[in-house]
Amino acid sequence: MSNLSVDHLGMIYELPNGGSVEALKDVSFDLESGRILTLLGPSGCGKTTLLNIIAGFLAPTSGSINLNDAPITGPGQDRGMVFQQGALFEWLNVADNVSFGPRMNGNEGPETDAMVQDLLETVGLGDFGQKAVYELSGGMQQRVALARCLANDPELILMDEPLGALDALTREKMQSLILELWDRTQKTIVLVTHSVEEALFLGDRLFVMAPRPGRIEREYELPFAKLGLTEDPRELKNSPEFTEKREEILSLIWEMEEQIMGHEGA
Amino acid sequence: MLFIIWLLSEALGIADPTFFPGPIETIQGGWELATDGFQRVTLAEHVFASLRRILIGFGIGVVVGVPVGLAMGLNNTLRAIFDPLIELFRPVPPLAFIPLLILWFGIGETPAVVMLFFAAFFIMVIAARAGVTGVRLSKVHAAYSLGASKQQILRNVILPNALPEIFVGMRVAIGVCWGTLVAAELVGAQTGLGAMIWTARTFFRNELVVFGIIIIGVIGVILDLIMRKAEERFIPWRGRG
Repeated sequence: MSNLSVDHLGMIYELPNGGSVEALKDVSFDLESGRILTLLGPSGCGKTTLLNIIAGFLAPTSGSINLNDAPITGPGQDRGMVFQQGALFEWLNVADNVSFGPRMNGNEGPETDAMVQDLLETVGLGDFGQKAVYELSGGMQQRVALARCLANDPELILMDEPLGALDALTREKMQSLILELWDRTQKTIVLVTHSVEEALFLGDRLFVMAPRPGRIEREYELPFAKLGLTEDPRELKNSPEFTEKREEILSLIWEMEEQIMGHEGA
Repeated sequence: MLFIIWLLSEALGIADPTFFPGPIETIQGGWELATDGFQRVTLAEHVFASLRRILIGFGIGVVVGVPVGLAMGLNNTLRAIFDPLIELFRPVPPLAFIPLLILWFGIGETPAVVMLFFAAFFIMVIAARAGVTGVRLSKVHAAYSLGASKQQILRNVILPNALPEIFVGMRVAIGVCWGTLVAAELVGAQTGLGAMIWTARTFFRNELVVFGIIIIGVIGVILDLIMRKAEERFIPWRGRG
C-alpha cells in the first residue's frame, strides 16, 4: 500500500525585493508504509522545505501531496515531528513533555501515564520522568523528543536533522536507537540530514537533492538500515559497499557545491 | 571601606557637618526617625506609604500591560494600533505626566499611583510582546504536530515561553517604579520617603536626608532581590531552553 504520495510538487518563495526562489521544482515520489527515507543535499536544496510541506507547516505553490490518499492541508497528529533541538517545552518535566500530545487531546489518566512510562523505557529514560528537560544532555533531550513524538502514535515521523547538534559518539548511539524504534514500531520515517554517512546508514531509501531549483538529483535503495539492526554499525560503515556509496555521493555533492560556487562567481 | 572613610571624615572634622553629615549623626537621626518620627510621622509610616503606592501602581501596570503586550505579539492588527502609541509615550519620563495627573486627580495618592502605572505599563507591554515574538518556531510547530489547537498552543506553549521575558520586565519595572516614586514624592506628597527627604531638607535636617537616601537604596536592593528569588523559584528553566 502506498503511504505518502508526492506529485509534481513545486515551491516558490517570493522575496521582498521582488525576486523569487524556486525551493522545490517538480518533486515526485511515493513512499511505501514502513520505509525509512533520508534526504541529503547541500544547503538550499529544499530538503527542509520538503519536510515542512509534508508536515503541513508550508503549503506548496504547485503539485499535490497525499497521505493515504487524503491531501495534506495542515499540520496533524498523523505526522509527528522531531527537530534538531530546542523544541522541547522546558517548563515541563520529561514525562509531561512526552504526555503533551495525549493531554492536548484530552487523554489524561493512568493509561496515559503507563504509556508514557513505557515510551520512556523504550528510549532508555525510564528513571528520568520527573527530571527537568534542561537537566538532561543533548542526546537525552533528543530521546525525549522521540518519545514525545511516538506518544501520539503517528503514521509518519518527520525528523529535521534530529542528531545534528550531538557529538559523534552520542550520534552513533542515537542512530542505532532510531533504527531500533523504526524496526519496533514499523513507522514510516522521513529524515533530513547533512551527514552522508548518516543518510546511508539510516535510509533504506535515500534521495540526494540538488539546489537551484531544489530537486531530487539521485535516488538510492539501500540495504544498510536493515543490516544495521543486526550487524555492528562500525563494521557496516567500514564495509566496502558502504564506503563505495559514500565516496560516490560525496563526489556528487562536491560537484554540486562547485557548480554553485561557479554560479555565484558569474 | 567607604563607611570607614565616612566615619573618619566625621571624627577628624574634615567634612562640614552642615553640608555632609557624618555616620554617627546620621544613625542618631535615623534612630530618632524610627522611634519618635519626624514631624509626627515615623520611618515605618514613610516606608509603608511608599511601598503601598509602588505595589498598587506596579501591580496594575503588570496586570494590564502583560495582556496588552501578549495581544500585540499575537495579533498584527492590534500591534499596528498600539505600537505608535507605545513608541510615542515610552521614552517620556513618567514624572512628566505628573502636572496633568495632578490636574485630573488632584493632590493625593491617585496621581502618584497612576504615574507608577504608566511607568510599569510600557515596560510590561514591551516585555510581554518580546516574550511572545521570541518563541522558537519549532516549539509551536511541535505543538501543532502533537495535535494542539491554537488556543492550547497559546496557553501551553506561548504563555509559559514568554514568562522569562515577563519576569525580566517586572524586575526592570519595579526598579524604575521605585526611582520614579521617590522623585514624585519630592514634588507632591505628605508621606513617603521622597517627601520625608524633601521636608527634612527645608528644616536643614541633612542627616535625615542622608539616612533617607540610604534607606531608599536598601529597599531598592531588597525589591530587586525579591524579584530575583521569585524568578529562580517560578522560572527555573530561564536561559536554559
